[in-house]
Amino acid sequence: MNFDLTDERQMLQDGLRRYLAGAYTADARKAMEDAEVGFSEEIWNGLAEMGVIGALFSEDDGGFAGEGFDIALVFEELGRVGAQDPLIDTAILGGGLIAALGTDAQKEAIETVIAGGQHLALAHGEPSSRFDLTRVDTTAVKSGDNYLVNGRKAVVVNAPSASHLIVSARTSGDAADTDGISLFFVPRDTEGVSLRSYPLVGGGHAAEVTLTDVAVPKSAMLGAEGCAFDAISAVTAKATLAISAEALGLMESIKTLTNEYLKTRKQFGVPIGKFQALQHRLADVLIEIEQARSAVINLAGHVDADPKVRDVHVSATKNLIGLAARLVAEEGIQMHGGIGMTMEYDLGHLAKRLTMIDHRFGDTDYHMERFIELAVA
Amino acid sequence: MDLNYTEAELAFRDEVRAFIKAKLPDHLVDRSKQGKSLTKADFEEWHAILNAQGWLAPNWPEEFGGKAWNAVERHIFEDEMTKANAPRVVPFGLSMLGPVLQAFGSKEQQDYYLPRILNGDDWWCQGYSEPGAGSDLASVRTSAVREGDHYIVNGQKTWTTLGQYANKIFCLVRTSKEGKPQEGISFLLIDMDTPGIEVRPIVLIDGTPEVNEVFFDNVKVPVANLVGEENKGWTYAKYLLTHERTNIAGVGFANAGLENLKRIARVEQSGGRPLIANPYFAARIARVEMDLMAMSTTNLRVVSSAAAGHAPGAESSMLKIKGTVIRQEINALTRNAVGPYAMPFASEALEEGSNVAPVGPDYAAPATAQYLNNRKLSIFGGSNEIQRTIITKAILEL
Repeated sequence: MNFDLTDERQMLQDGLRRYLAGAYTADARKAMEDAEVGFSEEIWNGLAEMGVIGALFSEDDGGFAGEGFDIALVFEELGRVGAQDPLIDTAILGGGLIAALGTDAQKEAIETVIAGGQHLALAHGEPSSRFDLTRVDTTAVKSGDNYLVNGRKAVVVNAPSASHLIVSARTSGDAADTDGISLFFVPRDTEGVSLRSYPLVGGGHAAEVTLTDVAVPKSAMLGAEGCAFDAISAVTAKATLAISAEALGLMESIKTLTNEYLKTRKQFGVPIGKFQALQHRLADVLIEIEQARSAVINLAGHVDADPKVRDVHVSATKNLIGLAARLVAEEGIQMHGGIGMTMEYDLGHLAKRLTMIDHRFGDTDYHMERFIELAVA
Repeated sequence: MDLNYTEAELAFRDEVRAFIKAKLPDHLVDRSKQGKSLTKADFEEWHAILNAQGWLAPNWPEEFGGKAWNAVERHIFEDEMTKANAPRVVPFGLSMLGPVLQAFGSKEQQDYYLPRILNGDDWWCQGYSEPGAGSDLASVRTSAVREGDHYIVNGQKTWTTLGQYANKIFCLVRTSKEGKPQEGISFLLIDMDTPGIEVRPIVLIDGTPEVNEVFFDNVKVPVANLVGEENKGWTYAKYLLTHERTNIAGVGFANAGLENLKRIARVEQSGGRPLIANPYFAARIARVEMDLMAMSTTNLRVVSSAAAGHAPGAESSMLKIKGTVIRQEINALTRNAVGPYAMPFASEALEEGSNVAPVGPDYAAPATAQYLNNRKLSIFGGSNEIQRTIITKAILEL
């Protein structure tokens, strides 16, 4: 049993923490809010140069790490500063699907992704699919050498800056079948692809994507026809690990800010941290964050395991993260009082980003139900 | 023990319902249902409609144009209004300053200001909190120094709700540093147009500029604008705060929110069935509904006791805590109910007068904004921590 980081991971963590502390200044954050895409190209390129994107891929896929613990480490650090760089979308989901299903020719895109030169987005969720990965109403019908794709995709994170969308569509079966889902690597400027872009509450941008008779060549299909579900499920498990680790970093920073505030903010002549009512609540916050850390470690250690084992950990971790996140965000705001409600103070962004994590890759109730099916019933 | 309203109370409720049906404009209801901000004109329109009926300040004594309703009548009125999604009445002039002037103001102040509040000539805002004085209100530092017929005011107020619309502000200011902190505070009425006043919006986490900072730099205020006696402002401030706590449980808001939540949960699909058929989600809705049913009765018990002449004390602290926690839970469930469509930042669609179509279903757009905005409920008006301290001291004697 050893919970210490390897030397390589320790170096990556130290370097990344230093870089992000210098890069995520108040001015940089303001510039991101105003930017059309919701993140900084400069920071993105800095992350690529440091090898952070490469650390999310295995050596076989052209990276140099890519295990669960590497993903957890990177995203916890990103969470600490409330980073809004679309690493989940471009690397974990987009790059991950190409690595899992792509031909050698298709896999050439991974090199560009690792170098920071290309953005991707997974267009899978639909207006009525909620968190259900099998529910695909978008269709792809063969027409000569092409497929014609029609449908609507909801809250496609990072679509506004992606050069390519990875679009899921049903080539056979009914809306909730696991079989019959295919993936297509589609340039975003393809005729018939239209975006309604918008900013997200937690930072970054997304779009509603409408696909109208989009002609996609057979060569753009990722993997075999109708067989994409397992790969979608696997990258979603990794993305759940990533976003859970990010939540952990966000929670650590909110706890640190709140701890400092309790020491400095005076009411009734004393620092409010002298009040036992607040001391015990912050102690509870700390306990739940340690539980969250262990849950992230559990998932990191099982994210490449057999899907049945993996998914038990996915649901256990995401459910616990959802509950801890709500506690930490709400207590952080409450113990700060009015100042915690403003956008002039770091806490506001951190708490919002943390709160929104329950709305991606399944919320607490979704994972509660799934855990019961997989592990209890 | 009788859980039903009396015949007279039922007749009054019917009268309120008939008025709402006839006079509450649809466009105000729609805006409120869609979670959009109300404009200054919206509030003023609704105030004028209520004033024409004589119901704008029903809690005022009849000599000042009120109805002198008892606590049960006020409760029925507020309950029906919130259920109907009527705009709230802006409380600063009507529920806060009005009663203070009636109790402590000079005849001249009463004659001048009270009709202007009813007629909508003045929009008041509240200058209580300061950067270092939130829950600890007695530590206000904004100073007022007497120079002849004027006070010279210097300092800063914060969390001034809707201060951007106001032409007047009532302020707690420090006129003496002698004795206990409570003893050197005075209650001043200040014209927002006076040179030296600057209002800066504070953007909240839901993206709205609902509150402001107000800065005072050598602001000259006539001594005639002092309410009551110098250095007695703390007494008036406390009197005002008891009036701020009417409808503190927010039962009507909670009922309207719960109804909206159930409507969404019946429409949203999860795993091929309505979300409300998910037993885990349904159980969370059920839990909050059961809590709300009990709290409604707790609220009526306090209302009924107040109608019989007992001044509510620590009971209002209990209602404030339970009421805000219930409303915040309904907001959290509503955010969860809309799933991934809680993520879009829909600021444009929620802006006053906007025609931008929301992203996703129309009920999704305000869910996150309302959840974030209502985190304030447990912070303002005396934080829930302060309310617990009141209970431990006043009831438990600890």
